[in-house]
Parts: sequence; C-alpha cells; structure tokens
Amino acid sequence: MRDLALPPHLPNGAGVGYKPQHFAALMQDPGPVTWLEIHAENYMGDGGRPLAQLRQLAERFPISVHGVGLSIGGETPPDPDHLSRLRHLCNWLNPASFSEHLAWSTHDGTFFNDLLPLPYTAATLARVCDHVDQVQTALGRQMLLENPSSYLSFAESEMSETDFLREVGQRTGCGLLLDINNVFVSARNLGHDPAAYIDAFALDKVGELHLGGHDEDADDAGRALLIDSHGRPVADPVWALLAHTLAQTGPLPTLIEWDTDVPEWPALAAEATRAAQALHGVTA
Amino acid sequence: MTHRMAEGFRAALLDASRPVPVGLTDGRGGVAGRRFAIYRNNVAVGLRDALVEGFPTIERLIGTENLQGVAGVFLRQSPPDSPVMFRYGAEFPAFLERFSPLAHLGYLPDAARLDLAMRSAYHAADSVAIAPGALSDLPADTLASARLRLAPSVRLLRSAWPLHDIWRRAHQADAPEPRIVAQDVLIVRPVYDPQPLALPAGGAAFVAAILARATAADALAAALVDTPRFDLTALLSLLISAQAITDVETPQ
Repeated sequence: MRDLALPPHLPNGAGVGYKPQHFAALMQDPGPVTWLEIHAENYMGDGGRPLAQLRQLAERFPISVHGVGLSIGGETPPDPDHLSRLRHLCNWLNPASFSEHLAWSTHDGTFFNDLLPLPYTAATLARVCDHVDQVQTALGRQMLLENPSSYLSFAESEMSETDFLREVGQRTGCGLLLDINNVFVSARNLGHDPAAYIDAFALDKVGELHLGGHDEDADDAGRALLIDSHGRPVADPVWALLAHTLAQTGPLPTLIEWDTDVPEWPALAAEATRAAQALHGVTA
Repeated sequence: MTHRMAEGFRAALLDASRPVPVGLTDGRGGVAGRRFAIYRNNVAVGLRDALVEGFPTIERLIGTENLQGVAGVFLRQSPPDSPVMFRYGAEFPAFLERFSPLAHLGYLPDAARLDLAMRSAYHAADSVAIAPGALSDLPADTLASARLRLAPSVRLLRSAWPLHDIWRRAHQADAPEPRIVAQDVLIVRPVYDPQPLALPAGGAAFVAAILARATAADALAAALVDTPRFDLTALLSLLISAQAITDVETPQ
C-alpha cells in the first residue's frame, strides 16, 4: 500500500485509463501497469461502487485525475459548481496529478460532451491563462494542460499550438500533457510534420504522455482524415513518435487510453507492456 | 475566438441544417467543409450513446435503434447543462410524455423515471443499515413516536402502470407478462447494486410519509387511509431485509 503521508507522484512507467470492467484484473495482477488515470466526471457522485472501487485502487496505485468538463478554452470562466465538485474529488483522493484539455466543451450553460477547438490568438491565450490560474488556485495544485487533436484550424489563429501551450505554461506555471496520438492525428489532418511538432513542444514542461488509437476517415478532397477515437491499439507511427519523444525527454509517465470498444484486460495490458518496453529502452 | 464565431460554432454543432461557420480551414488553405461534421458527429453520437446507456429499460422496451432515434431528437432540445454525464436526461420522462410517435406506449415516461432513479441510487451516498432486530426490540409506543431514516439510495416511484412488472419483463428473460395493475416501486441498494422492489398496497403512502419525516405512527395512519388493509409488519420487514433503514430516531 502506498504511504499516504508522502506526496504522491506519477511514476515514469506505464499507466492505463481505468475502466470498471478491469477492476478485478487490476487488483489481482496489474502486470506492467504502475498507475491509473480516471475521468474526473465519472466520480462526482456521493458514493456507491464507483467511489468504493476508486478508494481501493488508490491504495495500490498512484492516480491521475483527468478532467473533460472544465472547458478551459471556453469564453467564460470554468463553472464554479464544477470546479467545486473537482476540488471535492481532489481533496478526497489526493491524486498524483490533475490534467485537463486545451479545448472548450461548455458554452452558455450547454455542455457538448466533446473537446472542441479554439483559435490561437492573443485574446484566447489571455483567457486560457486566466482559466488555468482559476483552476490551479481553486485546487491548490499545479495542473497539466493537454494538446488537442484537430480536424480543422482557424483562419484567425496568430500563433502555433506549440507556442500557445509554451506560453500558457510560462504565464501560469502549469505543466503540459503531451498526447502523442493527438500530435499524429492533428499533423496528418492539417498537413504538418508530427516530429517537428514534438521538437517545437515545450518538452521540459511535460509531466505525462498519452497514447491512444485512432480511426481513419476521409475529407472532402478524399485525403485521409484521422479520428481520435481511442477505440483500437496504438498505431505504429505513433509508437515511433513516442520513441522520438522519449529520446529527448527520458522516461515519463505514459498512459494508454482506450475508451470505446474497450477490450478485455489482456489486450489493454499488452499495449501497456509495449509502452513499458519503450520506456525501458531510454535512459533518464 | 470572437463571440460571434463561438455562437456560430455552437449553433451549427447541434443543427446540421446550419452552414459550417466561416473562418475554419483544413490547415492547407482550403475550407474546412465536412471536417466540421466530425465535431457535429462526436457531439451527437456522444450524447446519444450516453442516453442509451442511461436508459437501459427504455432500450429494452423499444429497441436500441429506436432509442437512438428518439435520443437524437431529445438531445437537440435538451442538451446537458453539466459535465456530470451520469446525471444527464432528467427531462427525458417529460419529453417522452410529449413525444407523439411513442404516445401509444404510455408507460414509457414512468419506465424512464425508473431508469433515472436507478442511476441516481447507484451514485447515492453509502450508508449502514440498522440491525435486523433493532425495530422489534423497541417498545411499541417508542416505535410509534420514532422517525425512521431511510438510506440515501432509497427512491420511491408511484406509477399508474405495472412499473415493476414492466421492468422485470424488460430485463429478465423468464419474467411473466405484466399484469394490468398499478404498481409503486421502491428502489433499494443493499450494497452497490440498486434493485427495484414492488411495494405492497399502502406501502408507497407509508414510505412517502417516512421520507417526509413523519413519525412511524403518522406514516401508518397515512398508509391506512390509502389502504385500510395495509400490513405494517410486512412492510417493515421488507425495508429491513433490503437494508433500507439506517436509523431510528426516538424522542428523548
């Protein structure tokens, strides 16, 4: 059992996005998995099995709390009620990490249940920084901000995504979560070089890496359009991009996300094993 | 993003008849075109699937494809107002009451209320039930003036339909045809899995009074007005075996 008196941190090993159907397997033999990530919004009830299982998991694994509902990139500040629910969860769980997305999901009181894109301008930069400040103040902890997967871009954008994220990190002191599948998906969709994106990223601020599977569709011009579906194994070019990243950063907490068509435990564990092997292959 | 851009983006997300907002590109200087449809699709499918998962009884009663279709109409009228998706769909029963294509299935709104109550019971606070003998050990007049506290997971549904039979028929292969009878349902959660119980006649009046903080004697009186042959002993043993009573507050 983890010593709760010590400040928790995520180990530089493989983690998985936790799914309740894997509870028994994880408690019995987690294999390569050394930490877990949960979606904050699924644990905002008052009790019952979700919180009971989370309590048991937290005794064995460092937990990363990953939010999808703060709408950091939204026009208005994070909903105070939601921030308060999040603070309650973090105070109770004392997670090793809290992260959210460079995206918006709420507008005018409507929650769209998706991570929606924003242009990168001086105005949106100031707003995102305000929102990150508000979150970090409310939670009393540093947060990590994750790069999105993009299907389109905004004509009004004035700076690159990597510059935008670097600037948010510098102004707010937040860390960054680098989703390597998102890098690959966005680069393919928008015609950029994914390795160049990694090289331009503020890698010294990265506290966690994400990997996940994507689907393939096509745009109006018949060009491949990749969809960030988290419903299949990590693609080979994304593994290559992980190696490219780790060669520069050294080992980092590395998560496998599999959220739709969730497989039986052995298939997810196999992905985590591959991530652990990639991490073993680099020196700190 | 200007406010106007955000408004156009938001409006076009849930309404496919609106044009793709201007100012969106494919990253290579071309227009975004159907790339915007990915966000539209993510939003609609994400909300639709949350509703299908959240209303398993409705899914069994009308089929997955039909529920997906109904959900597609509902989610555009009542998108979520909170990121806590396990609470989404509170307006769905009232929506079903007004939804004319399904008006011939008059029991659907109550079945949707049952699904909502099961979900809310699943996430309710934990509690510890009183010992099985705690009530029978009390002197009769002490029990009469006591207030029973029920578990935070307890939910009461009063229905003009055979709601419990409908639920069983939807979820259990060997369940009999629903009888033509009104049924009140009590949802209890002995540990972590909510269960709907059919309440005997007068039971709902008793439980409603208990939930309104009446004394046991006053709750009994309310139940007897509702059903002169109300069986208090049977109801109390049902509540105790379901671990639904968490405290007996006796006057000092």
